[in-house]
Amino acid sequence: MVKRFIYNKKAAPYVFILPFILVFLLFFISPMINTVIMSFEDVLPGSRKFVGFENYTKLLGDKVFLVALWNSFKYMIWTLILLIPIPMILACIIDSKLMVGKEFFKSALYLPALTSVAVAGIIFRFAFGEQATSLMNQVVALFGMDPFKWLKNGTTGFIVLLVLACWRWTGVNMLYFLSGLKNIPGELYESADIDGANTWQKFRYITIPQLKPTTIYVLTISIYAGLAMFIESYMVFNGNNSPNNIGLTIVGYLYRQGIEKNAMGYASAVGLVLFVIGMAINLVQLKLNGTFKKGD
Amino acid sequence: MKSVKILKKLAAIAAITSIAATMLIGCGGSSSSTSSSGGKDSASGDQLEMWTFIEMHKTFYEKMLEKWNQKNPDKKLNINFTVLPYDDMHNKLQSALLSGQGAPDACDIEVGKFPNFLKGDPQLETLDDVISPYKDKLVKSRIDLYSKDGHNYGLPTHVGACVSYYNTGLLEKAGIDYKSIVTWDDFKAAGAKYYAATGKNFGTADTSAQWQESLMLAEQKSDFTDANGKPQLNSPQMVKALTTLRDLQDAHAIATIPGGQPDQTDAEGAINNGDYAVAIMPLWYMSRFLQYMPDQSGKWAIAPAPVFEKGQPRSVGLGGTGTAVTKTAKNKENLKEFLAYAKLSDEGEQAIWEDLGFDPCNTDLWTKNDITHNPENKFVKYFKTNPFDTLNEIKNEIQLIKSNDAIPSINNVLNTVTLNSIFEDKKDIKQALDEAQQQVENELK
Repeated sequence: MVKRFIYNKKAAPYVFILPFILVFLLFFISPMINTVIMSFEDVLPGSRKFVGFENYTKLLGDKVFLVALWNSFKYMIWTLILLIPIPMILACIIDSKLMVGKEFFKSALYLPALTSVAVAGIIFRFAFGEQATSLMNQVVALFGMDPFKWLKNGTTGFIVLLVLACWRWTGVNMLYFLSGLKNIPGELYESADIDGANTWQKFRYITIPQLKPTTIYVLTISIYAGLAMFIESYMVFNGNNSPNNIGLTIVGYLYRQGIEKNAMGYASAVGLVLFVIGMAINLVQLKLNGTFKKGD
Repeated sequence: MKSVKILKKLAAIAAITSIAATMLIGCGGSSSSTSSSGGKDSASGDQLEMWTFIEMHKTFYEKMLEKWNQKNPDKKLNINFTVLPYDDMHNKLQSALLSGQGAPDACDIEVGKFPNFLKGDPQLETLDDVISPYKDKLVKSRIDLYSKDGHNYGLPTHVGACVSYYNTGLLEKAGIDYKSIVTWDDFKAAGAKYYAATGKNFGTADTSAQWQESLMLAEQKSDFTDANGKPQLNSPQMVKALTTLRDLQDAHAIATIPGGQPDQTDAEGAINNGDYAVAIMPLWYMSRFLQYMPDQSGKWAIAPAPVFEKGQPRSVGLGGTGTAVTKTAKNKENLKEFLAYAKLSDEGEQAIWEDLGFDPCNTDLWTKNDITHNPENKFVKYFKTNPFDTLNEIKNEIQLIKSNDAIPSINNVLNTVTLNSIFEDKKDIKQALDEAQQQVENELK
């Protein structure tokens, strides 16, 4: 009986993926369903009460949530603008035959990804301190500028977060593009050479189209990562409560409501809104890029 | 052919065992939790766990526990004290209490966070029975801070009377006598004079804490919330307080400080440097001087805080820590008794002053000169004036800022948005306060 079951071609595949399915159901789907239920409830220790759409209507009138939403969105857009073209070009430079010390630059650029965000965030916080003696204020002093209150002003605070993101993720994205470049057949470039194409034309008409699968992948994970950013801001601003909420992200707001203020129901609603936005942007993006078309 | 069959069998066995293993691991976790390490000859073998967010509190509890175990051989306790960062500790405690697992047996909870833990059905033990023997001697309002529906859930630590700290060394150089500062107008004049003479800042404009706003509201007999517990952040009293503070800032009598408020490492560094000469802070700020600014010994004087008009109350109790016992605690009765002993008994109250430098809730102690004026005491040695001289002078003027459901939201809005936009961005005060009021009202809906 057992034998028949295991040798059954229909059942066996399911048995093999069962461990994954169980873990997925237990740790992803059930919390997800619970979140949906909680978003319609007022959750307190020892009491749960159904409140209908109250959490959602509250969310609509919540100005801080809009600030968080705008911050996350702005951060995502800027990381896309910075963290796709720059790593792509760096990858091309490193991949070029003329480049010396390839391995050195590869590891040097990748190194920040190995440091913990907690440590990096604290170091950035000190470097961008508001005292005249902080590292960055000494740097701007060389140009005759007065010290900045980096982390108290919206624009400079945002720049600090972007600098941190670039410092950390350039190397990682560059590696994705490097592996993408390795997959481009050399013959394409050779025939382009024969046709008399210049470097720019080769980049524009061979490299970029051939890198498309890699670019889509990087774009997709960057959209999620940008919208879900939290720890960077938490570390740089020494906690979740940055001055004027300049570093507050959607996940930060979820954390503030759920963990810091004990409003789990409201936080669940925030989380679901984030989920819907993230899914919507990515589905549209993947659709436009033609990922869903069969046999591309 | 046969070997293929064996291989297939092996694969099947491997698959089944791996599934079984995952299932077992999935179920494991919860069962293996309580390991009771004996500790030093403890009577009841339970190893108890207590969390706090201040290193000094840990030292204090350890000392009191030793005394307790000597005095009560039949009720010996074995407690492990853990210090966690402020935000971390409160967040962890909240998740643990919500899920009903992993909470410590006892915990220090900061007053601004306490209302969060009283929401719904509090997952904390009532402490009415252990407080009652001491109740008559204590400042009642401090116990009420940690109460809900007539039950007490937290043991208070101190009164936290707000006072002024003046760096007399720096003030004398600028020709300023701190004793002449009685009203905020005097403060403004002194600050402007100091700034003109030294080019340095006098007081602090706090952007991440509302100590000064609380004081100014208390002076006007007002509060952040009205009698029904509803927020009133745009009240005329609040507008007056912030208009006065902005006026002080414009006159260079106060300036924003790194870290946003004096009780921050960056700010303590700046004060230690002599960048600021005055701090208007609760009495527990004394301990920060000893810990973070030891080389300033002998320079600082303590005096009553300024008022709008003579005759207004000059102080308010601010900050504080309520010590709570969780519902899941082991050995509850003894633990509660010990904590009441550590924090409320005469011995405990004396240690709270001598070791921590706080103003104890038992005001009888304030007049015991042998304790308060003991020349060997490290706090008496550090400060130029005796803190209890000031405390006894303002004893009947110490007001209370109510603590209720609205307070965590109010704190959050003021300390992240409103105060920053007023002092850093110079936003219109009435507008900033109206927006704050609207935000808090929306959150409390």
